[in-house]
Amino acid sequence: MHYCPGCSHGVVHKLIAEVIAEMGMEEQTIGVSPVGCAVFAYNYIDIDWEEAAHGRAPALATAIKRLWPERLVFSYQGDGDIGAIGTAETVHALNRGEHITMIFVNNTVYGMTGGQMAPTTLIGQKTVTCPYGREEDIQGYPLRIPELACTLDGTRYVTRQSVHSVAAIRKCKAAIKKAFMNSMEGGGSNLIEILGTCSSGWKTTPEKANQWMEENMFKFYQVGDLKDR
Amino acid sequence: MKKETVLMKGNEAIAHAAVRCGCDGYFGYPITPQSEVLETLAAIKPWETTGMVVLQCESEIAAINMLYGGGGTGKRVMTSSSSIGIALMQEGISYMAGAEIPAVIVNVQRGGPGLGTIQPSQADYFQATRGGGNGDYETPVLAPASVQEMADMVEESFQLAFKYRTPVMILSDGVIGQMMEKCVLPEQRPRRTNEEVIAECPWAATGWRRADRKERNVITSVDLDPARFEQFNLKLQAKYKEIRDNEVRYELITPEGAELQGDINKVEADLAIVAFGSAARISQKVIQLAKEDGLRVALLRPITVWPYPYEQVKLLAERVQGILCVEINAGQMVTDVQLAVQGRVPVEHYGRLGGIIPDPAEVYEALRKMWHK
Ligand SMILES: Cc1ncc(C[n+]2csc(CCOP(=O)(O)OP(=O)(O)O)c2C)c(N)n1
Repeated sequence: MHYCPGCSHGVVHKLIAEVIAEMGMEEQTIGVSPVGCAVFAYNYIDIDWEEAAHGRAPALATAIKRLWPERLVFSYQGDGDIGAIGTAETVHALNRGEHITMIFVNNTVYGMTGGQMAPTTLIGQKTVTCPYGREEDIQGYPLRIPELACTLDGTRYVTRQSVHSVAAIRKCKAAIKKAFMNSMEGGGSNLIEILGTCSSGWKTTPEKANQWMEENMFKFYQVGDLKDR
Repeated sequence: MKKETVLMKGNEAIAHAAVRCGCDGYFGYPITPQSEVLETLAAIKPWETTGMVVLQCESEIAAINMLYGGGGTGKRVMTSSSSIGIALMQEGISYMAGAEIPAVIVNVQRGGPGLGTIQPSQADYFQATRGGGNGDYETPVLAPASVQEMADMVEESFQLAFKYRTPVMILSDGVIGQMMEKCVLPEQRPRRTNEEVIAECPWAATGWRRADRKERNVITSVDLDPARFEQFNLKLQAKYKEIRDNEVRYELITPEGAELQGDINKVEADLAIVAFGSAARISQKVIQLAKEDGLRVALLRPITVWPYPYEQVKLLAERVQGILCVEINAGQMVTDVQLAVQGRVPVEHYGRLGGIIPDPAEVYEALRKMWHK
């Protein structure tokens, strides 16, 4: 495992693997991993993968699904990958209604490069590139990507989940399954944001990270389905 | 569709050739002077005939990454753009070189730097032949000089791309893309079935059917282990050497205007021109002007500008008094000619910039001055 103790990526990987197995799609799935902490996601789920350039996973997934419509295709990304450098690819893949699922972990920082500010960093939150706390006037506002995705006609299912408790993990798994089933049916694109912790990036302990997430992130990033059609 | 003789633009020929050679997907973004490629594909709707995917993307960045994604599954994928768009694609091309992804990228060059001009140019020679993105990699680059070659090089590029698992570039320019010429389009060849793709590309990410292979396939360019990654880089370099050893293509035209494929030792000439693409077309006229004056000029046209015909240029230098390199840029390929010639005879460059196409008379004037020096 190349993830840090307390990181949410591992739990999310397990859920995806379980859903693929339950759907009997192990031999029919192609995953796209990002640049970010999940770059080596392909080491943990036994399917064929492609590892994309930073932010471009939705473009890869678009082409793969269009050329292999009978396959289950999903991208796995971070919040910086999907909501900063890859915003154009994200918006357009979603709005073209690609029959794919985009899953991303929002840990409010750039985990892989050492905890810098991300598009999702909260106002007042300290990171190494906003050491005095994010200020609206200087760094602008945190980005709520699912809320943005909801306004796009191409999206079918948009949800925000978390994996901080057993109950949350169960709900998150159901959401992943729904999105994957949708991807095989068509009818639009699917986006799942999963709130996650990054004790290394946040410079804290795994336990305190969970607490910080509950106290700060849930207020701004409300968990639940945002669009389901 | 049967083999067919048509009159069309180079850009249109590329589009028709792509469909007919069984291309699976085209991903592109509009830019002059190559928009006719996407426009032609949109008009002929190959998704209704061969099942080929055609998609107008949100940017050239998206387009090249769709090639990465699609090429990584073993499908025949292609994009086209012009200079600025190709600059945006460089990160993706580097990833594809690193992940060893076959694909075809067409650059119908226009003048730069920056937004520059929509008029033709050959100023992306360095970018194309020196690996425009990051890292130690090379890309085979074919330079068409006619509409016929625009069409023929699509299949030729796919062959190279899959043989060596590498992106291949067709380095054209606004002259060849926009001019109309007679052209023979090949017979329609069926797209490979999924089963054929899986059989031909055992390395591709097609979904891991346990019956087909023991290992799953991961398309990636990342490796954080220095020793292993050095070995991988050496493997890439060995592949580039193999391409250099086997895939050099060029055309040689004697002062009489005859084609002399291969035998440079039979060239009897005073001077030689080395030129590629549309500059080579102009240079054919220059040879005739020279002949009328009794000056014997041979033309060597690199068809692959990477790998470069260094050996052939070197042999040619031994048969002439000097070499003029004609390019529609400020002097890029001339550095390769100098490398090949190693000071044996004088090497000069003649080029125009800003989107101006050199006139045969002005090129001949430069040649005449060189002769009388
Ligand atoms: C073009 C490019 N720019 C920058 C980087 C450096 N980089 C690697 S990962 C990363 C941030 C990833 O953050 P995020 O997407 O939030 O994922 P996380 O690591 O937090 O899971 C950056 C900036 C890169 N690899 N490529």
